[in-house]
This record gives sequence, C-alpha cells and structure tokens, in this order.
Amino acid sequence: MTGVNDIGGQAAGPLDLSEHALSSFDQRVDAMLMLLVHPNRGAFRVDALRRAIESYRQQDYDSLTYYERWLRAIRELVVEQDILSEDEITAKISELAAKQAKA
Amino acid sequence: MPDSTEKYFAGGHVRVKTGAVDHHCRTPDFLKGKEGVVELAVGEYLNPEKLAYHKPGLPKHALYQVRFRQKQIWPKYQGAEGDTLVADIYDHWLEPASTE
Repeated sequence: MTGVNDIGGQAAGPLDLSEHALSSFDQRVDAMLMLLVHPNRGAFRVDALRRAIESYRQQDYDSLTYYERWLRAIRELVVEQDILSEDEITAKISELAAKQAKA
Repeated sequence: MPDSTEKYFAGGHVRVKTGAVDHHCRTPDFLKGKEGVVELAVGEYLNPEKLAYHKPGLPKHALYQVRFRQKQIWPKYQGAEGDTLVADIYDHWLEPASTE
C-alpha cells in the first residue's frame, strides 16, 4: 500500500505535456507558500506541505488541481501550527464573500 | 570521520530497502528492492521524514544520487539497453549490494 502520490510506473494513460499559463490563483497560492516557508517566517517546511497533500483521500487528490492541493494543505498547516484558527479562516472567507457579493 | 555520516562512495553498489511506511517518505515505491550504483554523495541534509512533522530533522542524513538501469526497474521496458535513471535516495533507505 503506497501513498496517493507514490504512483511512479502505474498505468495512467497518456501524459498531457502541453504548456499552460499560470492563473492568478496559481501565482497567489505559490506566493503564499513561499512566504510561509521562508526562513524568516518558518511557518512550516515544504516537507510538511508534501505530507499534508499525501494524506488526502484518493478522490480528493485526483479531483484537485496542483495548486488547489497546495492551498488545501496550507490551510491545514496554518491551523496545525496555531497561526490561524479554522474559525478565523471561515470568518474571513465569509467576510470577503460578502464584500464581493456587494461589489 | 566524525563530521560525516557518508557510508557509500561513487561507484559503490547499493540496494534500496523494502518495506511499507505510514509516514511521509521521499523514497519512491518503484525503486524499493532495486539495485543501483552510487553516482554522487550529494551531502548531508535534515531528514525530510521528520521535517514533515515539524521536527528539527536531526540527525542529518547523507543523500546520494543513485543510478539504476531502466531495464531492471521496469520488466517491460522497451527502450535502449543502456538507459538509466538517477534518483535521490537518503542513506537510511540504502544497504550495500554485492558487486555483480
């Protein structure tokens, strides 16, 4: 039994090798991670990000995009490290959603 | 060599240890049990299997680049005979293999 990520050599069909531009979502998630793992902040190591992603259930791992996996792991890890609480995160999401609905 | 934990040197024959793990681990399953040749002793690094759980990652582990023959890894490999693959493997995942 191997992790959802440890799939080297397994049948997976053809690879999509086409290039694609990073969305602003992708870039923001990337920036967030770089700031969190920077030694000046040291919120956690990228190893912890990998560990969080590897613990996803197969269906979640398969359905999320690359940066969606990162974002979900970042959210879990900032709670795990007591940087933000889950309540603070959900409250902020509601606040921003309300603001966006008004605009 | 008190300052180094390096056990293997370039050209040495090694085998990747087998066994399932229930924690974060950088050693890919497809290389477990396979034999290769050390290409390069890269240096010593904090242990990612500890860093993944917010531990300091000490003691450091020696990291090696190990070259494997593709034909040995994939039973149905159809590429050239001499094709190889190089992977980063930490020392605690390696054991000596006899020279063939």
